[in-house]
Amino acid sequence: MTMQTERPTSRLAGEVLERNHRAIAQAITLVENGQGASELHTPLFPHTGKAFTIGITGPPGAGKSTLVDQLVAHYRAEGLSVGVLAVDPSSPFTRGALLGDRVRMRSFAADQGVFVRSMANRGHVGGLALATPSAIRLLDAAGFDRILVETVGVGQSEVDVVGAVDCTVVVEVPGMGDVVQTMKAGLMEIADQFVVNKADREGAERLARELRRVLREQSGKGANADVIQTSAHRGDGVPELLQGIEAFRERQIESGRLDERRQENLTREVAAFVGEHARRRLLGVSGTGLPPQTLEDLLGRRRDPQGLALDIVEAGLRPRLSEGVE
Amino acid sequence: MEQPIRVLLAKPTHDSHDRGVRYLARVLRDGGFEVVFMNFLLPEDVLSAATQEDVDVIGISSSAGGHMHVFIEIAQALKESGQQDVLLMGGGIISSSDVKKLRAEGVGRIFGPGSDPDEIKSYIRENARVATGTRN
Repeated sequence: MTMQTERPTSRLAGEVLERNHRAIAQAITLVENGQGASELHTPLFPHTGKAFTIGITGPPGAGKSTLVDQLVAHYRAEGLSVGVLAVDPSSPFTRGALLGDRVRMRSFAADQGVFVRSMANRGHVGGLALATPSAIRLLDAAGFDRILVETVGVGQSEVDVVGAVDCTVVVEVPGMGDVVQTMKAGLMEIADQFVVNKADREGAERLARELRRVLREQSGKGANADVIQTSAHRGDGVPELLQGIEAFRERQIESGRLDERRQENLTREVAAFVGEHARRRLLGVSGTGLPPQTLEDLLGRRRDPQGLALDIVEAGLRPRLSEGVE
Repeated sequence: MEQPIRVLLAKPTHDSHDRGVRYLARVLRDGGFEVVFMNFLLPEDVLSAATQEDVDVIGISSSAGGHMHVFIEIAQALKESGQQDVLLMGGGIISSSDVKKLRAEGVGRIFGPGSDPDEIKSYIRENARVATGTRN
């Protein structure tokens, strides 16, 4: 299907830089639909890296959207502009989605310093949509000072967000299990900042205490994370959370860890794209471009999938490598 | 992959009759649409959300009256900002004389109580800009 936009993509990039909301919105639609990637990213990438990006993750119903709403209001009060990406799941059956994060958020309609976009994950696992990192970059290029990325309600291992942002906030709520839950790998390890939300509920104090204890004992990533109790619907604890995030930002900049993390994340992104593009080049866009004879060999158990994959990659790289040698 | 049609469903914050619009949200989700759901106080809230979400369709639910200026302001603002390619439609308790006036203002169909969900889905599929290729 051809997509007719009023703006040619080259003009769109210029308007994104001017923080034109409609242009930003159209650009996000393009990257969501896998279009216009190079026309947008090539001119805009040099303008990125200025925003500080913050991921908000945690189980469904933990209060992530309410917390995001509160953070936006507090950042605005400090005079900082904010972009928000809120990811919700698509149906694996119909590909439809109900994006309900705006229900929890007040309107910032009159404020050009706030931009909120809901994204369906479109079947992508890991807590984000495939296009979320690209959308973050568009908001970054548009000059938003802070970008908040709210993941889908996650379980224990949807930790993609850590590779896409500068700071990860993990939101927990009391009543979700005992201390063993806090000892598991995954979500527990990715937090730069812990939040125990719904702090007015029973068990919040104990959960916060347990988290602090586990974090003290934990070595490596997440070990230095702070635990803050909030009651997001009342706004309690939100100024402390914002201070915690901003203090983390300053520590990361001063210690050089911000650049380290960005380098790691960018490297991983390049590697993922190399895999994606190689697969498309070698197997076609659908990734299933195998000749009938090969398919028969597979089904007849004469070829094994791994060996076949290696051969395809070898065959695909050979001409290029020899060109390089000459 | 075919791109999903994005629909903004908006209901006045103080209108507690949300059963119809919530039902429709689920019907559309099951029909493969991406539905952004929101409450609103002012027409501007709907407009700015529609712009930021880059939706193809805006559906306004009204069951407590006071909808005329909402529809008309949104229709006007869409026209003025060059976004008349966005389909504006409605549902809820809206009198037939109001419906007539709204249609004259360029508002799309209004689906009252008891409407056939399949009819709503096909109406959107046939008239959304993604389908008609009339995106501005």
